[in-house]
Amino acid sequence: MSETTGVKKGELLLKVRGLSKNFGGVRAVIGVDFDLHQGELLGLIGPNGSGKTTLANLITGFIKPSEGRVEYRGKNITGLMPYRIARLGIARTFQMAKPFADLPAFKNIVIPLFSPRVRGLSGGRYGDRDSVAKDLLEDVGFERDSSVTFKAAGSLPHGYLKRLELAKCLALRADLIILDELFSGLSIAELASIVPIIEKMMMEGKTIIMIEHRLRELFRIADRVIVLNFGQIIADGKPSEVMESDEVKHAYLGTED
Amino acid sequence: MKQKRRERIDRGIKVRSDDIFALTSYREFLYVSVPPVAPIILLLALPLILPLYWQKVLITTAVFAILALSWDFLVTVGMVSLGQALFFGVGAYLAGYFDLRFGLPIWTTIPLATLMGGLISAILLLPVLRLRGVYFSMVTLVLPLMFERTIEATGWLGGTEGLTGLKSFSNIWVECYLIVIVLLLVFFGFRRLVTTDYGLVLKAINNNDRAVMSGGINIYWMKAQALFITGSIGAFCGAFMTHVYMFVGMPVFALDYSILPLASAVVGGMGSFAGSLLGAFILVPLSEALRGIGGLRTVIYAISLVVFIVAIPEGIFHYVQRKYQQFERWATVDN
Repeated sequence: MSETTGVKKGELLLKVRGLSKNFGGVRAVIGVDFDLHQGELLGLIGPNGSGKTTLANLITGFIKPSEGRVEYRGKNITGLMPYRIARLGIARTFQMAKPFADLPAFKNIVIPLFSPRVRGLSGGRYGDRDSVAKDLLEDVGFERDSSVTFKAAGSLPHGYLKRLELAKCLALRADLIILDELFSGLSIAELASIVPIIEKMMMEGKTIIMIEHRLRELFRIADRVIVLNFGQIIADGKPSEVMESDEVKHAYLGTED
Repeated sequence: MKQKRRERIDRGIKVRSDDIFALTSYREFLYVSVPPVAPIILLLALPLILPLYWQKVLITTAVFAILALSWDFLVTVGMVSLGQALFFGVGAYLAGYFDLRFGLPIWTTIPLATLMGGLISAILLLPVLRLRGVYFSMVTLVLPLMFERTIEATGWLGGTEGLTGLKSFSNIWVECYLIVIVLLLVFFGFRRLVTTDYGLVLKAINNNDRAVMSGGINIYWMKAQALFITGSIGAFCGAFMTHVYMFVGMPVFALDYSILPLASAVVGGMGSFAGSLLGAFILVPLSEALRGIGGLRTVIYAISLVVFIVAIPEGIFHYVQRKYQQFERWATVDN
């Protein structure tokens, strides 16, 4: 399976070896190996409960692995605290988009702008974080100076919440971005406006892992897809190739007879 | 179907006095400037007009108000403390110890106790920073009681006798004005702090700590800083009272110092700091005024507490603020 790795673009960014996680007796992730190169857009798919989100949590440090290691730019990041991993440049969104509900939308972006990573990158103080936050929101499709930017984040429509999550990742100036079910619950129109944002991020050289259930939309932009089932990788390759595999068809769609 | 329902509308004067337009007439100017300025003038004038007994009550009230403010601050970071007595007691004993053991003057013992008390409180609670909600609260509740029993059992720091013969302030005016000025500094300091980006991050930790962590921020370090701030403020109160009473003993770890600040913040209204201030200035003098009643004092006090909380669950401050800014009317709505 691993010989059919997708298009390799840049340097090796993420190296995952033998990553496993047991929750009591449940083996959520079992011996996962894969490499990710700079500039790739990797789709991570699989049936519900196949360990996709657990894998994301293992990489970003929210869960400590039972076994295995994760390397980012050649540095071992296994078991580091989530904020340390984030500071190295790995940002993520969460499956349930939970904003800082009481704060105005743009103030949500101020939080990652406050992190030592961003302060360090820009040399000392970041300047006026509020205006930088508003710029970032504009990048993800909040209309400039519209009232949406100033509304309490808790009252934003679903589509805007997803963009807010994207803006948080951009604010961190992350190189690797893990998007957990970004497309879920979005209308066709909202998708049509959010896909170009991702394409723009790719053009800027970001590396992206997308955990998705909406395969049609994912396959249009993904370079490579990894299919998980019961915590194991059952296929890894170009989207078109992967879906031809009998094992994937069986796991993902059930047996078609 | 037509239905009647109450609707709330901003008062004209509130809308008119937003931003720079407040300067266009005296009425509008007073409308925006009286709420922040009145408490300052009142607090500074109170020591001048009160008799000696009520000056002492003012000192106690101000101490509880400061403890309530610091409790409210911890809540904005998502830490519900049931143990302000820990901060208070640590500061009180530190000041007493520095005074008795090294003979340091008051103006040295209080700053030292403030800083060290903040440090000790933060370090003591470091292991439980990962705990959330009620688990954190339980630990804070137990710690001061543990200190109390330790001092009782081992006889350290004067044991049950306490430390006596400590230095006092030169006169009651110094006591009154020191505590009132610190109260105002803490109050406006906190109001300012929570609007900065730093305060924003603290609030966000309460909101969704996982998202803050994925923003590359060490939430445990931030929480430790918040604990240090709260701890030093509590320790200041303790050190101050030690020198007011010229004595420090086990009661500094009593439940009163944990519960009364909490009650003040809840009765006054949480999350605004003004509520905590207001709450303390209602509850503590009320408790003093009821002293004449005798045995039923606690009962009446408890009943009035319940009445406040049931009648105005949002807190007195938020209620008053709403009335100040909005009026209500009946509106007919189509259903």
